[in-house]
Amino acid sequence: MKLYCLSGHPTLPCNVLKFKSTTIMLDCGLDMTSTLNFLPLPLVQSPRLSNLPGWSLKDGNAFLDKELKECSGHVFVDSVPEFCLPETELIDLSTVDVILISNYHCMMALPYITEHTGFTGTVYATEPTVQIGRLLMEELVNFIERVPKAQSASLWKNKDIQRLLPSPLKDAVEVSTWRRCYTMQEVNSALSKIQLVGYSQKIELFGAVQVTPLSSGYALGSSNWIIQSHYEKVSYVSGSSLLTTHPQPMDQASLKNSDVLVLTGLTQIPTANPDGMVGEFCSNLALTVRNGGNVLVPCYPSGVIYDLLECLYQYIDSAGLSNIPFYFISPVANSSLEFSQIFAEWLCHNKQSKVYLPEPPFPHAELIQTNKLKHYPSIHGDFSNDFRQPCVVFTGHPSLRFGDVVHFMELWGKSSLNTVIFTEPDFSYLEALAPYQPLAMKCIYCPIDTRLNFIQVSKLLKEVQPLHVVCPEQYTQPPPAQSHRMDLMIDCQPPAMSYRRADVLALPFKRRYEKIEIMPELADSLVPMEIKPGISLATVSAVLHTKDNKHVLQPPPRPAQPTSGKKRKQRVSEDVPDCQVLKPLLSGSIPVEQFVQTLEKHGFSDIKVEDTAKGHIVLLQEAETLIQIEEDSTHIICDNDEMLRVRLRDLVLKFLQKF
Amino acid sequence: MDPECSRLLPALCAVLADPRQPVADDTCLEKLLDWFKKVTEAESSLLLLQENPCLVELLSHVLRPQDVSPRVLSFSLRLAGTFAAQEDCFQYLQQGDLLLGLFGEAGTLGWAAWNVPTVRSGWIQGLSSLAQHPSALHFLADSGAVDTVFSLQGDPSLFVASAASQLLVHILALSMHGEAVEHHSPQGSAWPTCAQKIVGHVEESLRSTAAPQVTQALNVLTTTFGRCHSPWTEVLWEQLSPLVACLLERDPIPAGHSLVDLLLSVARSPVFSSADCGLWETVAQTLSRLSPTQAGPLALGTLKLQHCPQALRTQAFGILLQPLACVLKATTQAPTSPGLLDGTLGGSMTVDALLSSKSACAGLLCQTLAQLEELHPLPHRPSPWPQASLLEAVVTILQLCDGSAAPGSSVGGRLCGTLAGCVRVQRAALDFLGTLSQGTSPQELVPQVFAVLLEYLESPDSSPTVLKKAFQATLGWLLSSPKTPGCSDFGPHIPLFLGELFPVLQKRLCSPCWEVRDSALEFFTNLSRHWGGQADFRQALFSSEAPTLTQQLLRDPESYVRASAVTAMAQLSSQGLHATLASPEHPEAEQGLLREFLNILSADSEGFPRRAVVQVFTQWLRDGHAEVARDTEQFVATVLQVVSQDLDWEVRVQGLELAQVFLTQKLGQPGHCPYTVALPEAPLPRLRPEVLRTLCQPWLLEFAFRALFDCDRPVAQKACNLLLFLRDKTAPYAGTQETGDSPHLDSMEAALQRWQAGEQGQPLGDPEPEAMLAVLRSLDLEGLQGRLAESSDHVEKSPQSLLQDMLATVDILEENEADCY
Repeated sequence: MKLYCLSGHPTLPCNVLKFKSTTIMLDCGLDMTSTLNFLPLPLVQSPRLSNLPGWSLKDGNAFLDKELKECSGHVFVDSVPEFCLPETELIDLSTVDVILISNYHCMMALPYITEHTGFTGTVYATEPTVQIGRLLMEELVNFIERVPKAQSASLWKNKDIQRLLPSPLKDAVEVSTWRRCYTMQEVNSALSKIQLVGYSQKIELFGAVQVTPLSSGYALGSSNWIIQSHYEKVSYVSGSSLLTTHPQPMDQASLKNSDVLVLTGLTQIPTANPDGMVGEFCSNLALTVRNGGNVLVPCYPSGVIYDLLECLYQYIDSAGLSNIPFYFISPVANSSLEFSQIFAEWLCHNKQSKVYLPEPPFPHAELIQTNKLKHYPSIHGDFSNDFRQPCVVFTGHPSLRFGDVVHFMELWGKSSLNTVIFTEPDFSYLEALAPYQPLAMKCIYCPIDTRLNFIQVSKLLKEVQPLHVVCPEQYTQPPPAQSHRMDLMIDCQPPAMSYRRADVLALPFKRRYEKIEIMPELADSLVPMEIKPGISLATVSAVLHTKDNKHVLQPPPRPAQPTSGKKRKQRVSEDVPDCQVLKPLLSGSIPVEQFVQTLEKHGFSDIKVEDTAKGHIVLLQEAETLIQIEEDSTHIICDNDEMLRVRLRDLVLKFLQKF
Repeated sequence: MDPECSRLLPALCAVLADPRQPVADDTCLEKLLDWFKKVTEAESSLLLLQENPCLVELLSHVLRPQDVSPRVLSFSLRLAGTFAAQEDCFQYLQQGDLLLGLFGEAGTLGWAAWNVPTVRSGWIQGLSSLAQHPSALHFLADSGAVDTVFSLQGDPSLFVASAASQLLVHILALSMHGEAVEHHSPQGSAWPTCAQKIVGHVEESLRSTAAPQVTQALNVLTTTFGRCHSPWTEVLWEQLSPLVACLLERDPIPAGHSLVDLLLSVARSPVFSSADCGLWETVAQTLSRLSPTQAGPLALGTLKLQHCPQALRTQAFGILLQPLACVLKATTQAPTSPGLLDGTLGGSMTVDALLSSKSACAGLLCQTLAQLEELHPLPHRPSPWPQASLLEAVVTILQLCDGSAAPGSSVGGRLCGTLAGCVRVQRAALDFLGTLSQGTSPQELVPQVFAVLLEYLESPDSSPTVLKKAFQATLGWLLSSPKTPGCSDFGPHIPLFLGELFPVLQKRLCSPCWEVRDSALEFFTNLSRHWGGQADFRQALFSSEAPTLTQQLLRDPESYVRASAVTAMAQLSSQGLHATLASPEHPEAEQGLLREFLNILSADSEGFPRRAVVQVFTQWLRDGHAEVARDTEQFVATVLQVVSQDLDWEVRVQGLELAQVFLTQKLGQPGHCPYTVALPEAPLPRLRPEVLRTLCQPWLLEFAFRALFDCDRPVAQKACNLLLFLRDKTAPYAGTQETGDSPHLDSMEAALQRWQAGEQGQPLGDPEPEAMLAVLRSLDLEGLQGRLAESSDHVEKSPQSLLQDMLATVDILEENEADCY
């Protein structure tokens, strides 16, 4: 069993598991932090961005000034943003049989895999994952395609040149494999390969293994996966949450008794408590708006935004913010808000029960009805007519490199009355803000990451007791910025196996058993013998038939009469083996002392017993004979005295049971 | 005994004896027993029994156990004990072998009801009451009761077990009582048999290997030394202390907590104040042998003792400081400051305790911090007090808890992991930090304190309770920070800190969590109260949004927050810190605030904000707040009018307080202070008619009269006192002008009568002041005051009523039973 690790990002994993003749890809996350190295794509022509000076080498060489621009001491690539794909060279991706998706954030690289690697398998995901994943992809494609950029920089990627660049460009990994965004056509094609599954549904893969999605409590339709055969169980835990937010709670019990537990997608901000952060978010929002400033919340169109809107729904009246407009701007804003209300079966119990009242499960429906929350596909069109300040705007993309958020950063960045509040934990807020510096706007960092923290992980591991844990290397040591926090790492026994990008791990467990079925007529013919109370044995002679990873013992054909030697030889090479006369099977052990006494009784003298590492050697010096007794074998070594050997053999056999 | 009660008693005894008539309520039996105790204290029990033979019948009846419910049996045992406390009565009951039947081995002990804890408890309590005289001692010895008490020490019911221990102590003290008087501290071998038996049992238990037995013995001894301070206790200690010392040799030490209690009990006993009996050595040895968690209470107790060798005090203080010293040692590379680390003895044990588990670590630190906090204000606390090191340690703990500490050692790293986010330790540390503000701290540490406090106030992860503690500690440090001599302003740290504090405060005032908003307001109010006049503070406040935010919180959805906002706004307004008030061009702002308060008083749906408003108004009236002083009468009239309609009695009481302040200001202080030297009384100046008119304003008196008949007793009491004050003050004036009967007076009296009858609709009209005063005099206010002072159940509390009630309940139960069929 092997695990191929194609992504180095712990929360955007992409691993391939080879297990019992199947090749299973676990998630295909897309690392978008690479876009932070690019200049933002402004929706409206921005003189500031277009007039940034080109970057030149220390010696004044300016051959890169078309590709690289400088802004407040940072250097950015002036090109269409590119993404860092999962490793494609480590394993032939066309051999992947299935892809299991755990949540909508972990499927963003899907079109790259399904459309460009010769992949011919099936993708499994839950319905909300597919629908919201589609929205995220649609938004991404839309953000990038609506700001066409003529230029595509590639010179800087040259390894010799990259070495000369300042950080962080210099340290960017695998830049040669960075790719531009996929198209909507590729998205549609990729999504068409997905087969929908429900929680706890058992899916057979080639008869060899069974895969099952379980609720992971992190997002609508998010799942962990169990991959099991009859005797082995691998659990794949990715992006799980134990907090009570909108999704169905996490199913922990089904993860018990795993041989291997692959653990990814823990919280990215282990020191921040989501409740505290929500409080911080609300307080800062209220303070800004009361002072007449605007609040900008860069966010994804689905996920935490539902919880934030719910908190605000409860908070705005008490904080006297009822008259402040909330705007949600995304090409998929409408679909996202509406989808959230129709996936009742995937929601937590509280929200599910609302549907029977009937009421919409999320209170943002009421915010929309009362005109407190308005949503628009983009800043163009209706929004510009309705726009009123001070206001609160939720919009993408959290990287601040594309989407409507770029416009608001340019618009509001100059006033210290305004605030940008970062709630998505995927991007470093300082890096995200770098191309907007100098910035007068206030910045608040309230990352809300509801995924498991290390305390919860250690409780979870104690409860589900996996034999082995496999996780990204980042989880096996404290975060670099807090190296003394020994509590911020996975602590389990035996220590977790860690992986990094492009590692291949041989998972530390051996397959010992295989389930084989016995045909009823064969079973009928067996004659079990009780060798110990409660334990019976029977010898079986049968033909093992293997097809589609299912093994069946069938009754052997009647022994054919041997006709000629030649023909017989031919038969042996065929599928049905020859049945020989059965010798009795032996069991038991030989007590050395009693054996020696028996030998003496039978006239052997001058007997010596030597202990060896594996057992004993009984030395019959007179007869120049050795009897080697070991745990699973006994050898009688004597020179050409067959009579003696047979006598000794019979004495040995007296101590053993036969059946 | 009251003859009426005597008459009811036979019926009641019959009810109690009848198992078909269950007593509905346990508390009745308790009350009955209390009453009997009171009766027997006042008169002879023997006489009581002779006059009321039904009582003896009841006691004899319960000897037939199948007929009695456990609770009646338990009651009877205790009742018998109460009677037998008097020796003659004891003899009387003994004659009929009643006591032996109840308390002897052949009695209750053998019955099935003995399995019920109440019965065992009743048995012990009965014996405790009975054991008051030498005859009782003989009885206890002969009946074998003492052996039963020994076994009851391990009873599964904690109440029974504890009562058994207490009883043993009681018997021991009783048997030693006569002896101690006769011979001066006789040796143990010469003690009465009963005492020897008990001491023997204790010795045996102390030698036992079973921890529960040791605990029982230690508990008996603890109580003994706590209660008995006769010389024989010294002999007892001399005899037993070697056995106690032996316990320290065992590993693990059994019953550590009980051992600590015993040692402290012995040390506190006045008998040992001067004697050198090896006690201090045992304490010292115990301190060094017990685990840090167990040694803590002993160390604290030792330090609280007035007389105690200095070496022991040093050792004890070292034990208390140990955990903090370990924290400091684990987190700092540099050798730490002296004072805290001197007593590093047993440090490894403390480190082990700190690192063993999260709960052990939090428990030990919380205990230590609480103990040091308790020690801090004591006059005889250890000296020198290591203020600087303690401050450093507590700041470090707080940093470990919020993850901001960066310890160098591996122990520090593990501590950091263990303590991160531990709310319990955060609260304890902040409490202690607040306490440490009451002391002289080195100036260089103060910025560190403020920095860590700011971290907590700012951190989104601070829970509401932690935040409240952080606010309290901050207030403590701000108020105690030294001012620059000769200058009204602060030292260098404060203005900087205030600059950072206000943005945090603003954020907290906007918190979605109401507890946070509330504690932020409370902090803001307190800070303004103390510092409203300081220029630095005013400057920081005016450049912030805090006053505006506070005003907005007057409309908060949470009533507690609205109440706190009222108090805060009132404070700001009193000190001219109300945002818009600062500019003289906005005089209407203040009026706006008054209007807003009146609006809250009349319209708020919850009591807390309304109570807060009346309190503020009362304070404003007392302080002569500008807004009130403009037209005091009008102000008081308006407020009282609104208050009189209020449904909350506390608001009405506060309204009466406001009226009282108003009257006092018009008339002078009420009554005389009993401690002042009485000056020869000057003839009272005559009240000027206009003052009288003011006082007798219909709105004021109508309010007071209505309150007099209020259905809530505290309101009526307060109104009564107010009217008494008014009557006394106006008495000289009234004497000169008697109005006699007037139509006004009649109609007023009629109105008052209707009010008293509960009809509140009728107004008082607009009577003359003279009529008012006449009515005032015609009322029996003193009588009313007396009646109101009695508790509302004074009628129901009489024994007669109790007996009647119990009988009546039985009747009702019977009726109900009849209904069922």
